[in-house]
Amino acid sequence: MAERTHETIESGTPDPMPYMHPVMKENYGKWAFHSHPKPGVLYHRAENGAEVWTVKAGTARQMDHYTIRKLADIADQFADGYVRFTTRSNIEYMVGDGAKVEPLIKALNDNGFPIGGTANSVSMIAHTQGWLHCDIPGTDASGAVKALMDELHDEFVKCEMPNRVKLSTSCCEINCGGQADIAIVIQHTKPPKINHDLVANVCERPTVVARCPVAAIRPALINGKPSLEVDEKKCICCGACFPPCPPMQINDPVHSKFAIWVGGKNSNARSKPTFHKLVASGIPNNPPRWPEVSVVVKRILAEYKADGRPWERVNEWIDRIGWPAFFEKTGLPFTKYHIDNWRGGRTSLNASTHIRF
Amino acid sequence: MAKQLHDTPNLDQLESGPWPSFVTGLKRLAKDNDMTVDLMGQLEESYKTRFGYWKGGTVGVVGYGGGVIPRFTELKNADGSPKFPEAAEFHTLRIMPPAGMHYSSKLLRDFCDAWIETGGSGLIALHGQSGDIMLQGIKTADVQRAFDKFNEMGFDLGGAGPALRTSMSCVGAARCEMSCYDEARALRIVINNNIDDMHRPSLPYKFKFKFSGCPNDCTNSVQRSDMATIGTWRDNIRSDEKLSREWYANHSMEDTINMVVSMCPTRAIQLKKTAAVATGEKITKVVLSDEQCLEIDNSNCVRCMHCINVMPGALLPGKDKGVTILVGGKSVLKIGASMGTVVVPFMKMESDEDFERLNELSRTIIDFFAENALEHERTGEMIERIGLVNFLEGIGLDVDPSMINHPRANPYVRTDGWDEEAEKWFERKAAAAA
Repeated sequence: MAERTHETIESGTPDPMPYMHPVMKENYGKWAFHSHPKPGVLYHRAENGAEVWTVKAGTARQMDHYTIRKLADIADQFADGYVRFTTRSNIEYMVGDGAKVEPLIKALNDNGFPIGGTANSVSMIAHTQGWLHCDIPGTDASGAVKALMDELHDEFVKCEMPNRVKLSTSCCEINCGGQADIAIVIQHTKPPKINHDLVANVCERPTVVARCPVAAIRPALINGKPSLEVDEKKCICCGACFPPCPPMQINDPVHSKFAIWVGGKNSNARSKPTFHKLVASGIPNNPPRWPEVSVVVKRILAEYKADGRPWERVNEWIDRIGWPAFFEKTGLPFTKYHIDNWRGGRTSLNASTHIRF
Repeated sequence: MAKQLHDTPNLDQLESGPWPSFVTGLKRLAKDNDMTVDLMGQLEESYKTRFGYWKGGTVGVVGYGGGVIPRFTELKNADGSPKFPEAAEFHTLRIMPPAGMHYSSKLLRDFCDAWIETGGSGLIALHGQSGDIMLQGIKTADVQRAFDKFNEMGFDLGGAGPALRTSMSCVGAARCEMSCYDEARALRIVINNNIDDMHRPSLPYKFKFKFSGCPNDCTNSVQRSDMATIGTWRDNIRSDEKLSREWYANHSMEDTINMVVSMCPTRAIQLKKTAAVATGEKITKVVLSDEQCLEIDNSNCVRCMHCINVMPGALLPGKDKGVTILVGGKSVLKIGASMGTVVVPFMKMESDEDFERLNELSRTIIDFFAENALEHERTGEMIERIGLVNFLEGIGLDVDPSMINHPRANPYVRTDGWDEEAEKWFERKAAAAA
C-alpha cells in the first residue's frame, strides 16, 4: 500500500446546515403550516411568512454517477441548488419561488423521474441489496422493486389511496426492508442443504447452534468430519443459520418463495404502531419481473383503495372490516399457516364472540 | 477499458417501463468501467440461476473495524479463477450523510468525482436502510484511498457488524411544523459522542438510534431502532383560528365528524356549539365557524398526531416540547420482531443541558447493553430475557405507568418489597409536586 498522506478524522455525522436550502436554514424550527397543492408537491410556510415548495421525485436508489450528476444539474437549472433524500430514496427539490415548481416538474419528467410519492399515494418501495450486493440474498431487490414500481407508477404519481401506502421488499426473512403497509419478503420453505465438507473449516459451530430460534441444530460427526445436523421436523426454514454458516445453504431457486405481509405501520397516528401480518405465501421467485408478486400486491391495493375510508391506513381498514372480509375481498386463501404458533401467538387469537357474519 | 458487455437478456427486461431503471444506469457506467461490465455479468447469472454469488470477508481502513462491506465473488471457473474478474472484489463503503440527508448540488458532484477518482465503480445507493450513503463497487487496494478522500471532504464511515450503526433523523425542524425538537442536533450529539463504538465494533450486537421529530415517526424509529427518540409535547395542542376557519370552509361537517372527531383514538375531541365549549386549562377550542367549534380535552390526548395531520397549521403541537424515548425495537432475528417500549415518557429537549442529558442516557444504555447482553442479542431481546424492571434499575430510571399497556395479568411475582416500592412512588409524587 502506498504511504498514507491523510490522518483520519473521526468526524461522525456531518452538520447538515452547509447543505440545507437557505429558506429551510433560516426558518429552522419555525414552520407553521403545510399543504399539498398537487401530487408530488408540498408547500410549507414559516411563522414569518417565508415559503418553500418541495417537489418529490422517484429514483432507482442504486444510481450511476451520471444520473446523480443529472439530478444535480436539474437542481442548479430548475431549483435553487439544494436537494434532500427521503428514507424511501425519493429525491426532494426545494424552491423558494412557487413559479419554479412547474418548470422543475417538467425537467424531472423529461429526464424520466416520476413526480409523486406524497400524502395518500403509494410511495417508493424501501428495499435491500439482493443479488447485486448481499451475501445471503434469496432474490434480487433493485430488480423486484423496479418491476413492481413500473406496475404501481400510476399510484405513485396520483394520490388516490385512503391514506399513504408504504411498501417494502426484503430478500430474506431477516426483513431488512422493514415493516410496511405491504411488505414483500422471501419465505424459505425447505431446511438448509448442508455441505458437510466445509462446515468444520468455515463455521464456528457453537455460534451456529445458538443462532437457531427453535434449537433444531446440533453438532454431529458426518463422514468422519465435525459438522452440524438439522432436525428437519423442528426446522422452521428461517435461514438464521445461513449467515454465520454459509455451507448451510438456505436459498433455493424453487423452494424459496415470496410471502406478502400487510398492515405494518410505524406512525402513532390514530392507532398505535403495528407489525405487518402474513397474508400470502408460496409465490414463486420469478425474475426478471416477478409478475406473480405484482398480481397479489395490486389486488390488495385495489381492495384497500375501493373500500378504505379517508385516513385509514391498511391495518386500520382491516381492523374495521375484519380479517374474514379481507380474505374474502382479496380472494387470498386463508390457511393453517396464517395462525400464529410462535411464542406469544395466542394473543393473536380471537378470545371473544366478536365475529362478523 | 471498456470491456465488451456480457449478454444480459434478463437484466435487459428491466430497462422498459416508466420507473427509473438501475439497469440502464449500470449500462451507462459499463461504457467505461470494466468493474460494472463484470458486475452485470454476475448479476445476470444470479437472474438465471436464482442464486446470490457474494461472500463476505475482511476489508477495512486503518484504525477502523467496520464501515466497509467486503464482497468477493464466488462465481469461479474450474481452475478457481473468477468468472467475472473485474468484479471479483466489489466492496461497499458506508458513508454517513449529513443529518436529514440534505445535499447541495455541489456536494453531489463532489461525491461523484471523489468516487470515480479513487477507483469506485460509479454506483451509489442513496441510501441504505440504516441511512448510509452506499458507495458500491471498489477493489480492496483502493478502499483506503477512497476513504481518505471522503474523510478529507468531511465525511466519515458508518457502522457495520456488532457496533453502533449509522443513524437517521427526519426532515424535522428543517421543514416541518410538527417538529418538536432539533432532531439533527440530537442525532449528531448522540452519534458523534459515541463514535468509538461505531468504528471499533465491540458490542454484543448492533445498536441503532433513530430520531423522529413527532409521533408520526417518519424514520420508523419504534420498529427499527434500539433507542427511539420521538418528539412530543406536554401542554395543549395549539389552534390557529384563521387556519381552522379556512380548513372548515374548504371541508364540511361530514369531513369534520368522519375524519377528525370520530378518528380520535381516545375520543378527546367533541363537536360543540361555539357558546357551549368548555373552559379550562386543559381545553383547546378550535373555531370552525361562528357557530361550530371542536373542543379538545388535552388531558386525554395521547399525542397521536391524527387531527394535526388532518388540519395542518390549524392545529399544532404545543409549546412545552420534548421527547418520548422507547427502547428495544428490532426486526425478526431471533425472537421475532419487537417494538420499542417506553422508558422515558417525557424529557425536555431544548437547552444544552437537555441534550447533554440525552447524551448521557444514550451512553448509559449502550454501556448496560455492552455489559449485559449475550452475544448476538439485541437490546429488545435482552429486555425480554431480563425483564423491563431489571433494565430500568440497571440504567437508573424509575418505573412509570406510561410504560405499560396494562399491569400484569398473572400473580407469578414475589411482592414482599411492596411497602418500600409504594413508598418510593409517593416520594416521587411528592418530589414532583414540590
